[in-house]
Amino acid sequence: MSKKIVATTSLAGCFGCHMSLLDIDEKILDLIELVEFNKSPIDDIKVFTKQCDIGLIEGGCCNSENIHVLKDFRKHCNILVSVGECAIMGGLPALRNGIPIKECLDEAYLNGPSVRHNHKGIIPNDDELPMLLDRVYPCHEIVKIDYYLPGCPPRAELIWNALVALVTGDELKLPYEVVKFD
Amino acid sequence: MATTVQNIIKKYNKDKTRLMDILIDVQSDQGYISKESISKIAAELDISHVDVEQTMSFYHFFSDKPTGKYAIYLNDSAVSNMMGRQKVKETLEKETGIAFGQVTRDGLIGLFDTSCIGMNDQEPAALINGHVFNNLTPFRVKEIIRDIKEGKPVEQMYTSAYGDGENRNVLVKTVVQNNIQKKGPILSEDYIPGIVIWKKLPQMTPEQVIEEVKKSNMRGRGGAGFPTGLKWEFCRKAKGEKKYIFCNADEGEPGTFKDRVILTERPKLLFEGMVIAAYAVGADEGIAYVRHEYKYLKNYLENLLQGARERNLLGKNIGGIEGFDFDIRIQFGAGAYVCGEESALIESAEGKRGEPRDRPPFPVEKGYLDMPTVVNNVETLCSVVKVILNGGEWYSKFGTKDSSGTKLLSISGDCKYPGVYEVEWGFSVSDMLEMVGADEENIQAVQVGGPSGSLIGPDEFDRTLCFADLATGGSLIIIGNHRDLLTDIVLNFTEFFVEESCGSCSTCRNIPYLMKLKLEKILDARGVPQDLKDLEEWGKILKFSRCGLGQTAGNPILSSLRNFRHLYEGKIQMDKEYDSEFDMSQAVKASCEAAGRVPILN
Repeated sequence: MSKKIVATTSLAGCFGCHMSLLDIDEKILDLIELVEFNKSPIDDIKVFTKQCDIGLIEGGCCNSENIHVLKDFRKHCNILVSVGECAIMGGLPALRNGIPIKECLDEAYLNGPSVRHNHKGIIPNDDELPMLLDRVYPCHEIVKIDYYLPGCPPRAELIWNALVALVTGDELKLPYEVVKFD
Repeated sequence: MATTVQNIIKKYNKDKTRLMDILIDVQSDQGYISKESISKIAAELDISHVDVEQTMSFYHFFSDKPTGKYAIYLNDSAVSNMMGRQKVKETLEKETGIAFGQVTRDGLIGLFDTSCIGMNDQEPAALINGHVFNNLTPFRVKEIIRDIKEGKPVEQMYTSAYGDGENRNVLVKTVVQNNIQKKGPILSEDYIPGIVIWKKLPQMTPEQVIEEVKKSNMRGRGGAGFPTGLKWEFCRKAKGEKKYIFCNADEGEPGTFKDRVILTERPKLLFEGMVIAAYAVGADEGIAYVRHEYKYLKNYLENLLQGARERNLLGKNIGGIEGFDFDIRIQFGAGAYVCGEESALIESAEGKRGEPRDRPPFPVEKGYLDMPTVVNNVETLCSVVKVILNGGEWYSKFGTKDSSGTKLLSISGDCKYPGVYEVEWGFSVSDMLEMVGADEENIQAVQVGGPSGSLIGPDEFDRTLCFADLATGGSLIIIGNHRDLLTDIVLNFTEFFVEESCGSCSTCRNIPYLMKLKLEKILDARGVPQDLKDLEEWGKILKFSRCGLGQTAGNPILSSLRNFRHLYEGKIQMDKEYDSEFDMSQAVKASCEAAGRVPILN
């Protein structure tokens, strides 16, 4: 059986889900027997070099770059999985969703108690910077998502089980102990 | 004002575990809980400001703003809507000149929505300063508002006769109806209060009591169906200086109202059940946790407890049994469905937010104030009395093999005879429809077990009510052909779960809300097939939640997707698999304006 190709990314996330993936410890040796990584922070490949079987998305979308990356993943991955709370529901970054973006920016760059040295009162506006979205979007509102893998982060065992199920085509077993919220 | 708050705090001995009672009394006395009151309470109980605030903000019937001299809480349950709530609501708004969620400028009237208040068989219903007003019509609303403007006290605003049975009791005096349609061992009048305590308990050891309950095969009536005898045994064997018996009368599942009827008609049976439980597990304190909506029964119930003390059915050496001391107090909730979950109920009784605890340890090991605690449903405790009176074997003959005994059903919706039915387990849904005067041909669905249960269609009406097939905590809602199932029932129930999540697990805090958005998208004819798949996937995620509320919060959508899929498919665009409604130019507009940059959109 040829190895399945996996790509991963962290959008508006904290990389905790990627860390959790690394928590599979020595199983990572089994993992590289099972799959080949393409675009991913794990091997530091920055752009897609081929079509992938599985894309794992951590984090929701808070800016225009997240949207581009997510759409790129959809294009290059046959199966797309939302991994972790942020990808599925927006997560912590979405706490700002109840506050207008202008208020958030004013607080961060102009009025916040820790603001110093911004005498000209500038909100970062360089064209190189991604544009912030009005709210944080869960991934399924931007592209079609095939599977959801919940947790904050999902436990290593859960990510491992899910990957194995996707690679082998077996049904994913989710005992409550593995997925239980706390 | 400060002195009243001071007196209330004093009444509860500055005990921080009685924070709920203190807040309830302040709310009821002043119509809201002010910042000053919070400071006072925090200082006197020697807890922090946020400790008071977090408990206060958790419960629906606590408010930090004045709720009006007459606070009107109109039930927003599915059945209330089916029975004409919309017109009642519009009339209320018209007559008062304010919208729901507001208080009139003169501070006289406040209008609020509230989740099911346990009156599904007499809807639309509202609570006005804790008094129930049922079977509301636009005309009746006009009368009520006129009376309010004339300054009549709420208790003088009733125009019809008081309800049936003990609803007329001088300490109750309410228009609520019991609507008991069918009686069995629990609702039977053939009961002499105290008979088990006087005649049976003195002859039995606690172990024998547990043995008898085990023999009856009785399973808890709250919904989960845990064997009662086993629960008691665990608690008896658990180590603790003190043990507690809790009666769960929080009954928050929309459509359920049988506990209200038991509390009205058979409270002595319930209290006797608590005494038996106390004897069996070795507890000396009991707490009956009653939902806030039934606070109109407070004086009545407390008077009965006093009577029991005078007759030595509570207190010291109960029933002449040397060293058997036990007493009961009533703890009211303040409007939170999740408090029906046993560990959340315990948290609430300790004066905290009603958030379910992580389990294990289970309450039988570590419950109220970390002591071994038995939490039993009202109906379970009532059944126990009959088990000990007539023997476990006698009881096990009722019902089916795996579900012994009888069950009280709260039946409402499109039928001739809504009300409470005590039936043996093993009834089919068809039998039930016939019994309540609903013509099967005109019925499109039955909601079994409230929003957390399942929505079934005619092809499943031959299924039976028992733990092995259709388990139910007792609520059955009958839905006629003329209803819009997705809007009237499924959307209403989903909104209920959004409202009632305690917010502890992100799954239950977020997913029901996302599901609601999806459902609205589908109802708005913007849905695509992927939306149905997403809903099903999210339903699985909800199972990761800590408690039963979260785990079942997706059930209205999931069970209707399973049994009424055509209703969804008829509303979605089948030619598209997926579409994103995301629009980049709209999404970045505000942030680019704030930063003073031109959006780059390609």
